[in-house]
Amino acid sequence: MAGTGPFEGWDTVRCPYKRFGGSVCLLTSHEMGDQISMYRIVERRDLTPVTKLFRVEAPLVARKAQAGQFVIVRVREQGERIPLTIAAFDREAGTITVVVQEVGLTSALVCRLQEGEGFFDFVGPLGRPAEPLLVGEGRVVTVGGGFGVAPVLPIAAILRERGVHVTSIIGARTQDLLILEEEMAAVSDELLVATDDGSRGTHGFVTDVLRRLIDEGSRIDQVIAIGPMAMMRAVAEVTRAPGIPTLVSVDPIMVDGTGMCGACRLTVAGKVKFACVDGPLFDAHQVDFDEQLRRGKMYADDEKRALHAWRCGGVT
Amino acid sequence: MAEEKFRPVKRPRVPMPEQDPRERIGNFREVPFGYTPEMAVQEAERCLGCKTRECVAGCPVEVDIPGMVALIRQGKFIEAYRVVRQTNSLPAICGRVCPQEEQCEVRCLLGKKGEPLAIGRLERFVADYAMQQGLAAIERPACSNGRVAIVGSGPAGLTAAGDLVKLGYQVTIFEALHAPGGVLMYGIPEFRLPKAIVQAEVDLLLAMGVKLCLNVVVGRTITVDELVAEGYQAVFLGTGAGLPMFMDIPGETLNGVYSANEFLTRTNLMKAYLFPEHDTPIKVGRRVAVVGGGNVAMDAVRCAIRLGAEEGIIVYRRSEAEMPARKEEIHHAADEGVIFRTLTNPVRIVGDERGWVKGLECIRMELGEPDASGRRRPIPIPGSEFMMEVDTVVMALGTSPNPIIHQTTPGLEANRRGCIVADEETGLTTRPGVYAGGDAVTGAATVILAMGAGKRAAAAIHRQLQEG
Ligand SMILES: Cc1cc2nc3c(=O)[nH]c(=O)nc-3n(C[C@H](O)[C@H](O)[C@H](O)COP(=O)(O)OP(=O)(O)OC[C@H]3O[C@@H](n4cnc5c(N)ncnc54)[C@H](O)[C@@H]3O)c2cc1C
Ligand SMILES: Cc1cc2nc3c(=O)[nH]c(=O)nc-3n(C[C@H](O)[C@H](O)[C@H](O)COP(=O)(O)OP(=O)(O)OC[C@H]3O[C@@H](n4cnc5c(N)ncnc54)[C@H](O)[C@@H]3O)c2cc1C
Ligand code: FES
Repeated sequence: MAGTGPFEGWDTVRCPYKRFGGSVCLLTSHEMGDQISMYRIVERRDLTPVTKLFRVEAPLVARKAQAGQFVIVRVREQGERIPLTIAAFDREAGTITVVVQEVGLTSALVCRLQEGEGFFDFVGPLGRPAEPLLVGEGRVVTVGGGFGVAPVLPIAAILRERGVHVTSIIGARTQDLLILEEEMAAVSDELLVATDDGSRGTHGFVTDVLRRLIDEGSRIDQVIAIGPMAMMRAVAEVTRAPGIPTLVSVDPIMVDGTGMCGACRLTVAGKVKFACVDGPLFDAHQVDFDEQLRRGKMYADDEKRALHAWRCGGVT
Repeated sequence: MAEEKFRPVKRPRVPMPEQDPRERIGNFREVPFGYTPEMAVQEAERCLGCKTRECVAGCPVEVDIPGMVALIRQGKFIEAYRVVRQTNSLPAICGRVCPQEEQCEVRCLLGKKGEPLAIGRLERFVADYAMQQGLAAIERPACSNGRVAIVGSGPAGLTAAGDLVKLGYQVTIFEALHAPGGVLMYGIPEFRLPKAIVQAEVDLLLAMGVKLCLNVVVGRTITVDELVAEGYQAVFLGTGAGLPMFMDIPGETLNGVYSANEFLTRTNLMKAYLFPEHDTPIKVGRRVAVVGGGNVAMDAVRCAIRLGAEEGIIVYRRSEAEMPARKEEIHHAADEGVIFRTLTNPVRIVGDERGWVKGLECIRMELGEPDASGRRRPIPIPGSEFMMEVDTVVMALGTSPNPIIHQTTPGLEANRRGCIVADEETGLTTRPGVYAGGDAVTGAATVILAMGAGKRAAAAIHRQLQEG
């Protein structure tokens, strides 16, 4: 029975216990000097100087993954657990694609990983899938800012498949930071681009483009916005008055990702929710963004300290 | 051995050597050092060797305590260890964290006049001794009897896995986190239960042939149905009670408010006390209030002190006598300078203009009539509100089982409190072939009760699979 079908991957689930003489699993990266490792990176693409795409072997996660869900990863034995949204999955190949933007120590460590190397831990899929929350017909506008374009991609694909008219707006500070433009074009009926400096597309924010669409008076049945918290808040403000149902994917600080710690709590419609199990997609008009922005800064000085220590120590 | 004539030696309980409080508040090393062989023998000599064996009846897994003690007295430590291991697969852990004062020791005849025999310390001693002698080399049983999946690697899961592998099953443990051990790993701090001990116990299981798959959230990565379809003939759910409760008072999402689970997970599993060598940070202010009176609260406040808090305060709504924490841990906390604000209940957490905690508003309580739990019910004293200046608040109010498993397993019933419904004797759930035990069934309880449940379920699984 063992070793059939999708369970081929069974024996390769990483186990750090090799070092205690355990008989469990295959060799781990730190043992083999990074020669062999689980959750192997089969493809790496540099989307921008600070944004990388990784296609990772994780057959168990790939079997179950759905748009809107995320994984939690660690890059090294003393590493912290960080969440990353599933940008694509391939059930046959058993791979998961994530797009990572360098913002601090752990994301910087992720961005240094090369093809053939691997993640230390990779668990998922976590969170609720987007599918039941999406409208089935009419017109939807998706908004992706920064690395947020990546998680929007599979959601736009679902909508398109359902026959929904998809208008996508993607944005970044400048042209060089724009990601996945072609891929987004492929899953959208219409693709609009905005850059803060006007180097490409509309000169301005994604919200300026969204407002224009709304002002044009065309019917919009749903807006889905993923990106920096400030952008999602701005989108929520734009769609609030016209009353367009809007979903955002919040990204609070997380630890376990299974509902065990409560680090990810946020207030939605006056009620405390755990983003990792109740979300990460929520009704944008009910989310307390100010609280989220504040909670996101909880470890700001420690994070700087860790990054500094790493840069100065030159440790890998 | 039964014929052996012995005379109990009258002497006070041999004290446990431990790290000086002033020193230990600056580190995470284990507090009690453990008995030396001489101390163990001296303590064992106190045993009256009574015929009633009350202590055994008090032990949820019925360790042959008199047998163990007699062998220690003769200096046969390894043999004593073997006796314990017959019924308790995690003695080094139980010797450290079991509430002996409510189980075996409370029934000891010596306790009628003086202090009871230090059974827990002796258990810890033989386990540590055996481990130091490298007694980990255990035979690898043949596995021919069938395949069993264990979900969760806390004490319930580890015990069930150990028993089943000995009975000749191919056992695979699936664990959601990146490290095995459950609460033993992420909850109970290093200074009370060194992680190397948990690892050594897990290692032993692996050496016996148990397979461990980390980073698998059953219900998400794979469902119970799929485990069954994959050919696991029985599934044991030892998923614990990992969902933290909050009080539902204003201010709980302020920066600086933690659940005890998060506070302890960051500290113990993620080793935030070694930040920045380890990458996970934790924020501990100058004055830390921990709300609750159980073991979890004591662990959190003692961690806070070690992480540099100038003041660690326990805020508990009943009086000290009602605190569910082990007495020993309350004493350890007091020795470390923890302040106890009993008969006090928080009503609101107050933040500064940047959204960080700056105070905890509390109300004083008095004790009224006994409630359902038999403890006197705390009642707020109107108008007695006062402000406590703190910058970190940790909520240690208890936990309930995570709903992921029962939401994703058709036919698996849970009760109103979210606990999986299971037969007390066998652990069989409402789903044929699926068993459960430990905190997932009882709600937050103890290590030894979780182990007992794992043991009974392993026996029931064996019966079911033998009968076919
Ligand atoms: C559900 C979810 C999905 C996400 N998807 C992606 C993604 O697809 N691509 C991507 O690049 N980023 C994603 N993020 C954000 C990513 O997890 C953080 O950028 C990362 O954790 C930062 O870690 P760091 O050590 O590099 O930075 P740090 O210097 O530690 O922190 C920088 C900022 O990142 C946030 N952060 C820090 N630690 C965590 C943590 N453990 N969990 C969450 N946020 C944290 C904080 O707001 C912090 O101020 C997602 C977050 C969530 C919650
Ligand atoms: C801080 C603290 C201190 C304590 N101190 C003591 C003490 O001194 N003495 C004492 O006797 N008891 C103590 N307890 C209680 C004791 O630790 C628990 O009763 C005991 O650990 C329960 O064991 P368990 O095996 O049922 O569950 P747990 O130890 O909770 O283990 C459950 C495991 O299952 C995993 N899991 C959960 N869901 C899934 C899933 N869907 N898929 C895969 N894996 C999953 C979890 O990650 C976890 O590893 C303490 C508890 C805490 C939190
Ligand atoms: S991340 Fe721990 S509960 Fe959500």
